[in-house]
Amino acid sequence: MIRLYRALLHVYPKSFRVEYGDEMVAVFGHAYADATPLGRIRLFLTAAGDDVLNALAVHWGILVQDLRYTARTLNRARGFALTAILVTALGVGANTAAFSVADFVLLRPLAFPDPDTLVRLCEGPRTGGGWGCMNQLSPANYRDFKTMSSSLEDMGAFASDAVNLVGGGEPQRLAITPVTFEVLPLLGVKPALGRVFESGDGDRNAVVISQGLWNSQFGGDRAVLGRTVNLNGATYTVIGVMPGGFYFPTRETQLWTALAFRQEDFANRTASYIEAVGRLKQGVTFEQARAELELIADRLAREYPQTNEETGISFFRMRDYMSPRIRLMLIALGGASLCLLLLTCANLANLLLARAAARERELAVRAALGAGRERLMRQLITESVILTLLGGTAGVVVAASAVPLFSSLVPPTLPIASQPGVDLRVLALAVLFTVLTGLGFGLLPAVRAGRTEFAALREGNRAGGGARQRVRAVLVTVEVAMSVILLTTSGLLIRAVSRVQDINPGFAPQNVLTLRTALPRPKYDSPLRRGQFYERVLSEVRALPGVQSAAFTTGLPMAVPGLITGVEIPGREVRSGRSEGVSHRWVTPQYFRTMGIPLHRGRDVAHGDTGDSASVAVVSASFAERYWPGQDPIGKTFLHRVARVRETRTVAGVVGDVKVRGLERNSEPQIYLPARQAPEESPATFDPKDLVIRHSGRTDALVTAVRQIVRAADPEQPISDVRTMDEVLARDTATRRGQLHVLGAFAVVAVLLSGVGIYGLLAYAVSQRSQEIGVRLALGAEPSRVSRMIFADGMRLALFGLVPGILVAYLAARGMSALLFGISPGDPATFGTAAAVALLMTFAGSLVPALRAVRVSPMSALRTE
Amino acid sequence: MREDENVEALLPLPLAAFHILIALSAGECHGYGIILDVEARTSGALRLSPGTLYRTIERLLEDGLIEEPRKKPSGPGNDPRRRYYRITPFGTAVAHAETRRLADLVRLARHAWRAAGESS
Repeated sequence: MIRLYRALLHVYPKSFRVEYGDEMVAVFGHAYADATPLGRIRLFLTAAGDDVLNALAVHWGILVQDLRYTARTLNRARGFALTAILVTALGVGANTAAFSVADFVLLRPLAFPDPDTLVRLCEGPRTGGGWGCMNQLSPANYRDFKTMSSSLEDMGAFASDAVNLVGGGEPQRLAITPVTFEVLPLLGVKPALGRVFESGDGDRNAVVISQGLWNSQFGGDRAVLGRTVNLNGATYTVIGVMPGGFYFPTRETQLWTALAFRQEDFANRTASYIEAVGRLKQGVTFEQARAELELIADRLAREYPQTNEETGISFFRMRDYMSPRIRLMLIALGGASLCLLLLTCANLANLLLARAAARERELAVRAALGAGRERLMRQLITESVILTLLGGTAGVVVAASAVPLFSSLVPPTLPIASQPGVDLRVLALAVLFTVLTGLGFGLLPAVRAGRTEFAALREGNRAGGGARQRVRAVLVTVEVAMSVILLTTSGLLIRAVSRVQDINPGFAPQNVLTLRTALPRPKYDSPLRRGQFYERVLSEVRALPGVQSAAFTTGLPMAVPGLITGVEIPGREVRSGRSEGVSHRWVTPQYFRTMGIPLHRGRDVAHGDTGDSASVAVVSASFAERYWPGQDPIGKTFLHRVARVRETRTVAGVVGDVKVRGLERNSEPQIYLPARQAPEESPATFDPKDLVIRHSGRTDALVTAVRQIVRAADPEQPISDVRTMDEVLARDTATRRGQLHVLGAFAVVAVLLSGVGIYGLLAYAVSQRSQEIGVRLALGAEPSRVSRMIFADGMRLALFGLVPGILVAYLAARGMSALLFGISPGDPATFGTAAAVALLMTFAGSLVPALRAVRVSPMSALRTE
Repeated sequence: MREDENVEALLPLPLAAFHILIALSAGECHGYGIILDVEARTSGALRLSPGTLYRTIERLLEDGLIEEPRKKPSGPGNDPRRRYYRITPFGTAVAHAETRRLADLVRLARHAWRAAGESS
């Protein structure tokens, strides 16, 4: 029993146990001897309970003492403490933010039950290739895929649209998704209120709304079911509200209506405007399903060669619907933040080691005065943990403010929120990593203090051996390598971005304001009525002060690739419709002048180009080059099909090419058709809806004026997408610039951190060697030689880091060559600059220590001996 | 003056600490002796456990209320292997101050009860 009690005393801190353990056992022994057998058991139990409580109190007392001591020492070494906290905060914060985003986009399951079995189906090239939904499905193809396939549990179709919501304040333009009755149940999310669509035609005028819209439009009123909304002039009844966090197909969609096909919808297999979503049957793999659907596509191609000969499938997991470039960028980001975390840890370790060296005497004195090694260790652990925890807490703030910066890396195609929260697991991991570093390197001096306590005192301040100096040199080398990697990769991306931004978009974006007025059908079914609206708005806008020109177009370049159609040239064999697609737009006069698209030959679309006059078109230079190479295209004709009308158009003018699909993508040749020559039954997607205005003066005043003009023309007409062409262009490169900002910031931090590391190491080395330097100077050494020696030390470290850094950077650059837009992964200019910056930073870091070495006074250096 | 301030800062004393000081006011004593003394003085109502005893002793030593004599007392009944403790002048001052504090408290309470008894 006594032995058991002795063992129990291990709950106390060692210092307490050593001091009082024997006494306590003796006291317990006395009491034990005096007690009855039953009393002995009671005695042990009460003593044990008491000891646990007392031990806690003793531990707490020591902790309070250590915390006080820590507060005092850190307050004395404020520079050190602040640097360590800042370093940790940056490392932990940047990492947490980067990994939170990467996890959110790449790893975390979608917010649907059993999300891995959700798949999407579209049409695609038969040869494969591309990513995501390459072409939409026609209802007939969708029906055949649905009935013929057996690997999907269920399948539904949806389209994408936008509607004008009228009533309750300003009219709004909202994204709407018509879905077949299968879609919402198939996704497995139950409505928060009401119900979803039923099969049949009964829900034709029913609408399901998002929680966001429910809150903004109906104030979250639970009696919303049965209320009506006005969409595009028609009345719809609200039958359900989807819960918050439900996004389908993307976060844009606010409303869902019922999509039902009529017999005539199945007539035309080329009328592609829907996409399909399905759920894999249990036990069926994604690859099996794909194989089956490809077989069906082959069969359809045989059965309907005229329409389906080139039609294959785009089949992908819902989770994977993102541009490969974004995926690659996120991986690159993860790599970069890993570099930064390593850099942080190396720097923290370096800081702690430098501090440990400075405190060697203090620790030795405390050890000599009787502080146990366990007690010293505890003190150092408290200090390291407090430092890293403070850093980690600051890191949370950094992470929370950094996450929004990454939102340009969240693909808009996925059904997820626009930005993630800070991921607590990642945060915990990053803090753990730094705490471990802190502990590891914070404890080193205590381990040494136990070994060398008296040696340190005897030898004066020359203590601190070569071994630790080597550890620190290795750490600095790692830091230099990491910063070279970050410098090089971000340098390559900077070059890529500037190359992308140097690309001529084909139009002049400066001083162009754009906004959208999408005219709703059936209210504006009549072309005459649409024409009147355009005329009135354009003439009034053009009369505004500062406005130079204005026009309407079907879609802005880059925002809308344009409707891709095929053309036929008389006397030329028709090849594939898709590989020879052209991007077409309906425009009003002045479009080219407003956009700054140069007119090469011929004329602009004119006011006189109406349904009564000859059908004309303005084509882009690449269009002319494709069909009439080396000839004058003016007056040439081609066949163009709109809706069910096939008509011959004569080329009236040639304009410059525009990067309609964005700066980094190949764009189809473009044709521009006069808006007033649109056929009677042309679908709403062809309507000119984007107003472009070239102006000089202030944008906000102009927007107000235009709003008034539109309201006067039609009070129910919403205005949406108000932005400048500069913004449209900027959006095209937003992901790139977002990535660049992040990597650039990482690189700057990396350079600063390794600069600090090199400075710290050399400054320490100089202080350690001040006696040696003093002796050298006393013996007549040239001061310049001494400073050269210090510089040489720094440069050696830099070179050691440079070589592996450049190697890894090259490998990383090869991995992300898809992001480099033609810049070679071994781009000598970038690598040269990165190396130069790293050397410069070393030079800067060595400067102060070298100067200090020269100023060492031989007398004072020797006197300390 | 400083002494007074220091005394005040330590009040009120934890119960165990007060009892140990009282036990030591009679003279030097080892740990088990203190436990027996406290037990006898309180007629068995308070029996300190070893944990509480030595944690309190540690605090009292740190605060300078008690000390370990350099020379262990010799003589019959004294075990030279035990550790002995004795009260310091500062410890006595603190113990007295605590006694006064408690006495004042008791006087106040009595006064209050008497006043309550008269009015009713």
